[in-house]
Amino acid sequence: MNKIVEKEFFSENVFKMVIEAPEIAISRKPGNFVIVRLDEKGERIPLTIAGADPVRGTITLVVQRVGLTTAKMMRMEPGEMILDVAGPLGKPTHIEKVGTVLCAGGGVGIAPLLPIAQGFKEAGNKVISVLAARSKDLIILEEEMRACSDEVIIMTDDGSYGKKGLVTEGMEEVLQREPVDLSVVIGPAIMMKFAALTTQKYNVKTYASLNTIMVDGTGMCGACRVTVGGKTRFVCIDGPEFDAHEVDFDEMIQRLGAFKEQEKEAYERYLKTVS
Amino acid sequence: MENIAEYLKQERSQPWREELRKSMKAKERTSIERVKMPEQDPKERQHNYLEVNLGLTEEMAVTEARRCLDCPDPTCISGCPVGINIPKFIKKIEAGDFMGAAKVLKETNALPAVCGRVCPQEVQCENSCFYTVKLKKPPVAIGNLERFAADYERNSGNISVPEIAEHNGIKVAVIGSGPAGLAAAGDLIKLGYDVTVFEALHDVGGVLKYGIPEYRLPNEIVDVEIENLRKMGVKFRTNFIVGKTATLEMLRDEGFEAFFVGSGAGLPRFMNIPGENSVGIYSSNEYLTRINLMHATNPDYDTPVHEGEVVAIIGGGNTAMDSVRTARRMGAKRAILVYRRSEAEMPARLEEVKHAKEEGVEFLTLHNPVRYIADEQGRVKKMVLQKMELGEPDASGRRRPVPIEGSEFEVDVDVVVVAIGVSPNPLIPHAVPGLEVSRWGTIIVDKETMQSSIPDIFAGGDIVRGGATVILAMGDGRRAAAGIHKYLQEKVKK
Ligand SMILES: Cc1cc2nc3c(=O)[nH]c(=O)nc-3n(C[C@H](O)[C@H](O)[C@H](O)COP(=O)(O)OP(=O)(O)OC[C@H]3O[C@@H](n4cnc5c(N)ncnc54)[C@H](O)[C@@H]3O)c2cc1C
Ligand SMILES: Cc1cc2nc3c(=O)[nH]c(=O)nc-3n(C[C@H](O)[C@H](O)[C@H](O)COP(=O)(O)OP(=O)(O)OC[C@H]3O[C@@H](n4cnc5c(N)ncnc54)[C@H](O)[C@@H]3O)c2cc1C
Ligand code: SF4
Ligand code: SF4
Ligand code: FES
Repeated sequence: MNKIVEKEFFSENVFKMVIEAPEIAISRKPGNFVIVRLDEKGERIPLTIAGADPVRGTITLVVQRVGLTTAKMMRMEPGEMILDVAGPLGKPTHIEKVGTVLCAGGGVGIAPLLPIAQGFKEAGNKVISVLAARSKDLIILEEEMRACSDEVIIMTDDGSYGKKGLVTEGMEEVLQREPVDLSVVIGPAIMMKFAALTTQKYNVKTYASLNTIMVDGTGMCGACRVTVGGKTRFVCIDGPEFDAHEVDFDEMIQRLGAFKEQEKEAYERYLKTVS
Repeated sequence: MENIAEYLKQERSQPWREELRKSMKAKERTSIERVKMPEQDPKERQHNYLEVNLGLTEEMAVTEARRCLDCPDPTCISGCPVGINIPKFIKKIEAGDFMGAAKVLKETNALPAVCGRVCPQEVQCENSCFYTVKLKKPPVAIGNLERFAADYERNSGNISVPEIAEHNGIKVAVIGSGPAGLAAAGDLIKLGYDVTVFEALHDVGGVLKYGIPEYRLPNEIVDVEIENLRKMGVKFRTNFIVGKTATLEMLRDEGFEAFFVGSGAGLPRFMNIPGENSVGIYSSNEYLTRINLMHATNPDYDTPVHEGEVVAIIGGGNTAMDSVRTARRMGAKRAILVYRRSEAEMPARLEEVKHAKEEGVEFLTLHNPVRYIADEQGRVKKMVLQKMELGEPDASGRRRPVPIEGSEFEVDVDVVVVAIGVSPNPLIPHAVPGLEVSRWGTIIVDKETMQSSIPDIFAGGDIVRGGATVILAMGDGRRAAAGIHKYLQEKVKK
């Protein structure tokens, strides 16, 4: 049982939740995630740890409502209990001093990017961040990202904030301008695919944090498998970060759609019960 | 060994046993037919998840118990990995003392209701029974009787809680709540230790919960055993991944003085053939976990799983049998088992094979998939199978399957479940620097004490053996508990 101690909306469908999880708060590192099961009948979903306070014994999650479980979670309030929170899972990001790091975050992907950008900054790197979303209100954690970046470029699809255009355009601007030693991209699979193609042109080593469907998160089921460099890897134990130029994103995108119909049905059923 | 033989002899010469032996001639006993386990009708059961085997009635159990000859040299015992005093518990049943029978079982077996259901008896105790070895007749139904006695005790509501030594305040951690961990926890708590079981998942029981289906082993039975351990004082911490949530070092700092690792062989293997990552292709672990642990087939639960008209399962072990029979229960019109050798080489228990056939499972032996074909959305729609023939025996002693060139053909499928085995769970070996592991990733231990290369770490079950059995895992857990006791007592003395 893990108590929700804080909740804050970043936009209509993106919210931050601070949850009691003392052991995880101590052990987690940038790049780690947790598996959450809201209630007895709930499914297990992975969520990245966006931050932690070991003194208070809490972790911070930033969640985007996309379907049933995230919608249920969005309706939960401080004081309520989340039945299961397990973690920290996944390999932490390998943070070292490399020079200039280009961090690219799309939508809710900015949340998991934050601790990684912070880590690279603390390690003495120059950090340039490109934050992208459909429109202004979906750009989250801007202040926090500014605090750990030497430069922040904001891109919106509709031009309502920053520059109008895709994340790749913002990345391209930096890559053309100056040498970049490493890039980290986190966001929707399709965004990571194109971000990876962009950095590949410039021969910049790139990590992507993959968000496949998971069940246990401990290597037991293989639901999270992806093809990386022609080999099958498990995102929960071998990842979630992989060399973005080696990932078969098309396969990953198809696997993400594995349960589309069932999910849609379940979500619609749920909406009926709450309205 | 000497004193065990001596002990068995003494037990056997007790007056009540002598009397029972005399009450019926051996001839009469051997002429009784083996009592058939009542089963749910295959037509019914392929649509439900209720237990297939219904259990013996009291009369049936007593009749079956009469068949046992109470042999002077009970060879059956040597076939049981934990050395249950088989004739003693069976004769208790014959005498009508069912509670007493259960007590005998519990002397050596922490989970008799589980083992009576899932032990591969035909290659263990029953294979060494006098009936099998000398009379060439069906063996005494030791497993069924074991289940009967354990169920009788549980249903009586009067489960005996074993005596517990005085608390000694020494903290011991058990990692993993499968049969190995549960057995170790049971023995350690009896010895007076302060025992905490850490489990990565949200539920306790390991494969007994997430793997083996309800129709073979109802979760309720496992839960009763776990409740008993709780009553005895064992603490359970779920959602706790040792090595991740806290390192072993952190647990040492919290005062844990010894560790038992029973983390199982959780990592599913795939064949690495083209198309295997298509949507609708599962490992058996994922398939069974979605259904058993997450209740995907119950519409009240949120976890989804694919249903399909044609479901193919690749493999020939217990996991494959469990998956294919589950597919049938989920409504598959064709549930096909694809196995690359012949039926004789199948590692699954005989009973599972028989039950699967009765339930309408199709067996496609001497076939192997070489590739899968998916539709535009990436969803699997065909498997390409290759025919096989048997060649010379390989290292395992089984005849090696050899592909027949040019024999490929396609089969339409909606769902595929890959059940070709598991590798040891790498979490603990990765998280503990200096822990000695084999080439296969199993933890290397001393066979007697189950101690690893790090003195305060002991291990057993599938993480030591690779994929094995429930009873072997339990036996390891018990041996490790004894090893830990010895280790800690010596440490205290120092
Ligand atoms: C390592 C990891 C870290 C993650 N971190 C975060 C995070 O910090 N914040 C956050 O909001 N989300 C995160 N995700 C994604 C999150 O797990 C999914 O959004 C969530 O499982 C959706 O559940 P649902 O029941 O609400 O939606 P569902 O009804 O299950 O799905 C709705 C739609 O979302 C898509 N979807 C399903 N599962 C996933 C998935 N795992 N990832 C992406 N899309 C999915 C499907 O295509 C589907 O059409 C992470 C995923 C992984 C693997
Ligand atoms: C589908 C299926 C059917 C089977 N049928 C039979 C049968 O009929 N008869 C038979 O005898 N055997 C059968 N087996 C084999 C048998 O179940 C196993 O040999 C046995 O369960 C092994 O027990 P174990 O305690 O070693 O591990 P497991 O039962 O695998 O339990 C290990 C537990 O440890 C947990 N864990 C792992 N790492 C950590 C960590 N770092 N921290 C905390 N917890 C952790 C896991 O989540 C898991 O719950 C079957 C197996 C399967 C999969
Ligand atoms: S535990 Fe298994 S092998 Fe031992 S007697 Fe019981 S059924 Fe037979
Ligand atoms: S070998 Fe068979 S007949 Fe003899 S004691 Fe054992 S179970 Fe009974
Ligand atoms: S989520 Fe099950 S193996 Fe990765």
